[in-house]
Amino acid sequence: MVDNDTRVDFYRQMVRIRAYEAALQANYHADKTPQWDIGAGLIPGEMHLAAGQEPVAVGLCANLEKDDAITGPHRPHHLALAKGVDINKMTAEIYGRDTGLCHGKGGHMHLFDPEQHFSCSGIIAEGMPVAVGQALAFSRKGTDNVAVAVAGEGAANQGAFHEALNLASMWKLPVIFIIEDNDWAISVARDSATPIKDGSLRGTAYGMPSQRVEGNDVEMIYEACKTAVDRARAGGGPTLLEIHTVRMWGHFEGDAQAYRGDELAEANERDPIPAYEKRLISAGLLTDDQAAQIKAEAEAEVQAAIDFATSSPEPKPSDAYLHVFA
Amino acid sequence: MTATVDAGTRRVTTAKAISEGIAQEMRSNPDVFVMGEDVGPYGGIFGSTGGLYEEFGSTRIIDTPISETGFIGAGIGAAVEGLRPVVELMFVDFFGVCFDQIYNHMAKIHYESGGNVKVPMVLMTAVGGGYSDAAQHSQCLWATFAHMPGMKIVVPSNPYDAKGLMISAIRDDNPVVFMFHKGVMGLPWMAKNPRSIGPVPEEEYTVPIGKAAIAHEGSDVTVVSLSISVQHCLDVAEELEGTTSVEVIDLRSVVPLDREAILASVAKTGRLVIVDEDYKSFGLSGEIVATIADKDPSMLKKPVERVCYPDVPVPYARVLEYEALPTRDKIKDAIAKVTA
Repeated sequence: MVDNDTRVDFYRQMVRIRAYEAALQANYHADKTPQWDIGAGLIPGEMHLAAGQEPVAVGLCANLEKDDAITGPHRPHHLALAKGVDINKMTAEIYGRDTGLCHGKGGHMHLFDPEQHFSCSGIIAEGMPVAVGQALAFSRKGTDNVAVAVAGEGAANQGAFHEALNLASMWKLPVIFIIEDNDWAISVARDSATPIKDGSLRGTAYGMPSQRVEGNDVEMIYEACKTAVDRARAGGGPTLLEIHTVRMWGHFEGDAQAYRGDELAEANERDPIPAYEKRLISAGLLTDDQAAQIKAEAEAEVQAAIDFATSSPEPKPSDAYLHVFA
Repeated sequence: MTATVDAGTRRVTTAKAISEGIAQEMRSNPDVFVMGEDVGPYGGIFGSTGGLYEEFGSTRIIDTPISETGFIGAGIGAAVEGLRPVVELMFVDFFGVCFDQIYNHMAKIHYESGGNVKVPMVLMTAVGGGYSDAAQHSQCLWATFAHMPGMKIVVPSNPYDAKGLMISAIRDDNPVVFMFHKGVMGLPWMAKNPRSIGPVPEEEYTVPIGKAAIAHEGSDVTVVSLSISVQHCLDVAEELEGTTSVEVIDLRSVVPLDREAILASVAKTGRLVIVDEDYKSFGLSGEIVATIADKDPSMLKKPVERVCYPDVPVPYARVLEYEALPTRDKIKDAIAKVTA
C-alpha cells in the first residue's frame, strides 16, 4: 500500500507535470499569432503534450532508480520529469538553446539524458527494441537495473513492439513494456485500429505476465508497475502493462480535434488531477490551501525553468556541423 | 602497424580474418559481444563468425530470432549503455525491414544528443552478387547507407584489410557498418578470386577507417574501386603491365571517403575510371566525379568512365546478371577508352 506521504508526493508530481505542460502550451501558442505558423516563435516545431497522462509517469517512475532506463515516445515530457531529468536543461532543449540537454540538436521529441538513462524517439514503437538492448546491457553487467519502454496504444500495432516483446521474453530480460492507451492514435480511435479490447493479451502471447490497468489511477498504476519492476529486478523477466489513460489535449498543439466530437468533453471530465486532489482532501491528507501552495510552487519552478531557457544563448550556427561523429 | 606484411605470413580467407579480429577483441574486452541470425553454432551464413561460438559460448555469441528491428535496436541499446556489440544483418538487402533502427537511431543518436550519447557498435552485413541470388539478395547498397550522415562505412577487398578494419570498427566510438562482399570471403562453396585468401598477421593490428590504399601503383590511369571490384581491377592492372600503367585505389572506406587519395592520384594520371558494383545513378561513382569537379575539373584529360551496376534490379539468370555486373572485360574497355 502507498503511504500517505507518498500519496501527497504523487499529487505534487502530477501537479508539477501539468504546470509544465500548461506553461509550454501557453508559451508555444503565444508567439504564433496572428497567422499561426508551426515553425515560428520561441518554441518552434511540433509539440505533443501529455495532459491527462501524468498518473502513468508518476506511478511508473516512483518505482525506478536513477540508473534504470526509460525510452519514451514522441510525447515524453511527463516521463522525463517524473524520471528526474533536469527541468532547466530539458526546457532549454525545448527552446532550442545551447544549455539544453542536447545543445539544441534534439528538441522536444529527442531528449537524451544519459545521467538518468532517459531517451525518447519520434518514431512510433522504435524506442522499444532499444530498451531491450539497455536491459541486455544491465543483465550482462550483472546489475539489477531495469529498462522501461513506453509507447502509445497505436504503437502496439507496429512490428517493433512485437519484436521487442518476443526478444525480451525469449531472453528473460528486465524490461517493463508500458502501453499508454489514451484511446487515440492522432485521429484514429483505438477501436478502429486494434481488434482486441485488452491489449495485454498480446503480452500473454509472448509468454510474459501482462495486465491491463483501468482507471488512470496513480496508485493502481504504481502498484502494477511495482509488481513488474520488482519481478524484473529479481530476474523474473519482462512484463507488459497496458494502462488506460486519457489524452486531454490534441495529438499536437494546433490539432483542432474535430474528430473527437463529444468524446473530448468527456475526456476532460476524466482529468485525473482534480479527482486525486479531491480524494486526498477527503482523506484528510491535503487541504485546499496546501493544494494551492503545491500548484504555486510548481508554477514557480516551471517559470524559473522557462526563464533559464529564454535567458540562455542559442547555439552557434556553425555548431550544426558538430557531433555527426564522436 | 603498417600495411606491409612479411612474405612468410600465413594465408587465410577473409571470413577467417574477420572472425579472428572479432575473437581477439572479445578476448581483450569483455564488453564486446556478437548477435545476429545464425552467428552461433552455424558460424554466420558467410562465415564471418566461424569458431566464435565454440570459444565464447552462447552468452557472447547470441543467435537471434528473425527479428532485425528487434536485435539491431537491442544492439543500439546495449551500445548506449557502454557495451560494444557486433551485430550481423545477414544480407544488406534486408535493411528494408529494419532501416529505422539503422538510420533514425543508430546513426542519429550521437548527433541528436548533442554528443552526449555514443553508439559504439558494428553493424556487419553481407553484400553483392555474382552467384544468381537475384534482386533481393545481391545488392551492395553502400551508397544508400553513406547518404545518411552518422555511420562510418567500411568495405574491405581482402583478408588483411578485413581483419584490420574489423578491429578498428570495434574500437571506434561510432556506429560502423562493416560491409563484406560474399565474393571476397573465400567461401568453399562459392567461386572466388585467389585474392580472397591472403596473408594475415596473427597478432592484432588496425587498418585506419577513412584511408584508401594504393593497391597497385601506376601513372597512366587511376582506377578507383572498392570491395570485390578491387580484385577485378588488380587482375586487369597486372594483365596490362607493360602496356598501360594502371593505378588502383582501393577505397576501403566509403565513409569517411578518402577524397585526398582520389584527388592525388587523378592529379598524377589525369584519367579516371570508377568501378563500383553498387547502382550507378545517385551514388558513390557520382560522388567521386563530383569530388574532382569541385576541386578542379581541368585535372581530367579525358571524360570519366564509370563501370557500375546499371540502374536495374539484379536479375537471376547468369547471362543477365553478368551482363550487368562490373567485369574485367568492362574494366579493360573503360581503361582503353580513357587512355586512347
